[in-house]
Amino acid sequence: MEKNTPTPDDSADFEAAAAAYANVRYVLRLYVTGTTPHSTRAIINIRKICEEHLRGRYDLELIDIAQSSTLAEGEQIIAAPTLIKKLPLPVRRFIGDMSKTERILLGLDLRQKCEK
Amino acid sequence: MDKQAPPISATLLKSPTGITGLDEITGGGLPSGRPTLVCGSAGCGKTMLAIEFLVRGATQFGEPGVFMMFEENAQELTDNVRSLGFDLDELVGQKKIVLDHVHIERSEIEETGEYDLEGLFIRLGHAIDSIGAKRVVLDTVEALFAGLPNHAILRAELRRLFRWLKDRGMTAVITGEKGEASITRYGLEEYVADCVITLDHRVAEQICTRRLRVVKYRGTAHGTNEYPFIIGKRGLSVLPITSIQLDHKASSDRIPTGIARLDDMLGGKGVYRGSSVLISGAPGTGKSSIGAKFADTACRRGERAILFAYEESPEQLLRNMRSVGIDLAPWVKKGLLQIHSSRPTMHGLEQHLVMMHDTVLAFQPSVVVVDPISNLTLDDTEAEVKPTLMRLIDFLKKLQITSVFTSLTTGGNAPEDSQIGVSSLMDTWLLLRNVEFNGERNRLISVLKSRGMAHSNQVREFLMSDAGIDLRDVYLGGDRVLTGTARVAQETQERAAAELRQEDHARKLRQLAAKRKALDAQIAALVAEGEAEEAEVNFAIAQETMQTNTTQQNSDAMGHLRGGNTTEGNSLTKGKR
Repeated sequence: MEKNTPTPDDSADFEAAAAAYANVRYVLRLYVTGTTPHSTRAIINIRKICEEHLRGRYDLELIDIAQSSTLAEGEQIIAAPTLIKKLPLPVRRFIGDMSKTERILLGLDLRQKCEK
Repeated sequence: MDKQAPPISATLLKSPTGITGLDEITGGGLPSGRPTLVCGSAGCGKTMLAIEFLVRGATQFGEPGVFMMFEENAQELTDNVRSLGFDLDELVGQKKIVLDHVHIERSEIEETGEYDLEGLFIRLGHAIDSIGAKRVVLDTVEALFAGLPNHAILRAELRRLFRWLKDRGMTAVITGEKGEASITRYGLEEYVADCVITLDHRVAEQICTRRLRVVKYRGTAHGTNEYPFIIGKRGLSVLPITSIQLDHKASSDRIPTGIARLDDMLGGKGVYRGSSVLISGAPGTGKSSIGAKFADTACRRGERAILFAYEESPEQLLRNMRSVGIDLAPWVKKGLLQIHSSRPTMHGLEQHLVMMHDTVLAFQPSVVVVDPISNLTLDDTEAEVKPTLMRLIDFLKKLQITSVFTSLTTGGNAPEDSQIGVSSLMDTWLLLRNVEFNGERNRLISVLKSRGMAHSNQVREFLMSDAGIDLRDVYLGGDRVLTGTARVAQETQERAAAELRQEDHARKLRQLAAKRKALDAQIAALVAEGEAEEAEVNFAIAQETMQTNTTQQNSDAMGHLRGGNTTEGNSLTKGKR
């Protein structure tokens, strides 16, 4: 979240943090179930977001839980599609067809960068 | 456990839960291949019911099950149910049960458009397939509502989930939190419409009672009442087990009470086997002693008996009963008698009853003595006591167990009034009373009622000594009923009076005899007098006759002499002299 009244110190920290984010590598996993419309849309949407905002510094793994159901248990997947941001920490989950771009960017800590 | 009532409806397949009492209420169990909603407030035993359904299914009915939990994790659940004697680790190892913990962290999740719960379906489907499950528990699926903000999607997906479970032929138990206005907080009952069971726990008089009710069971008859249940050492027990039908057998076999004269009062043979006996009375009238004697007599016959004591510890009971000549210790040692003592306040009424059920089923006695029932509830809410007692009596009657209940009556109103609530359940009712008179208290016993036998209408005095228990006739004289020393005094007095009267009679008889003798003597004297007078008269008559004769002769002689005959004159002279 952005600070309302940034002091010089704070803004300096912020700049540093933003710079660090700019270089960090993203590890993402998208769990889908076969070729349902939701799954297909989610794959297209997340690819688009990644290409636009994380070009060259992301790993996106696609997993079909219909085929490897044990993974669903291990990762506590209940909804599909689910996107898990493994790195950078903290781990975050996104469920849905990834159509709400703003929310994803916010969740991936990419929003500040867009605004800059 | 292993007894199942025949299904009321044969058309609907049912899966037995194995939970004591629940199968009887539902007429065979939960609907097979359909979801059942179990709802209630926090801590009312939803999870316990669900896990027992699963464990018993896996162990007793050969139906493996999947437990999908949304709140506790597998380890917590395993620990929790170990207290019921369920070893989930072992069952999981034997591939009879799958535990799956679904963890949802609201703060971690971001909704980004449309989604479905296919992940959950796949997980569940995988778990079911891995052990060939027939039963599924979703414990508390409502946690999803807290975890996923989009309820519209969730509701649609839950509807699909229940449909899916049905299609797969899973007998499912879905637990839900109790709602304010609806049965469940999120209205799950809309989706699970086949069978709905509500659990509840209420605190009354500081004692908590759990209750279960089958709100709805589509396509079958079921018990609709609220039934108390407890979570005991061996899982859930729902009461009543036998209240659905009143069809117990009636034996014409009679068993003696052990007090000969009491048997006499009860038609000469004692009470019917399998009947219920109420002994009510004021404090210290000897209720417990009669109860103990009953148990003692049963043991003498070689039958088993259980004594539930809610006032005395076993040791104390043995000692006190020894003082009135009832030695129960040998029976305890022989294993014919069990004494169970506990404070009535230890559990609620239902818990006590379940404990009794368990004990009775395990020991199989022929006589059960409960001393006293009046202590089982702290307050006098007979509305509470009656149904529970009815259940106990029905249960005992079904097993043909003769039951003896003692009940303490409080002073004030007439002793007959104070037991109105439970007396109608009893076949035989003995009333003990204290009568204070003449500076002492004495015990009286009477048979207020005894169904199906000619019983005495007499009041007897009830005596307890170190020689045992005995009954005496009371003194009924004039308009008074006397007991104790008054009776003895009165009896002595009566005896003295009788002796006195006898003496009096004898004296009167003697007087009469004397009088008669006097009269006899008088009569004799009069007769003698009469005879004397008669003799006198006879003598006078004789004299006169002789005189007349002599005069005649004289005149004859004188005439002769005057005619010249001297001899005649001489003889005349001589005769004259």
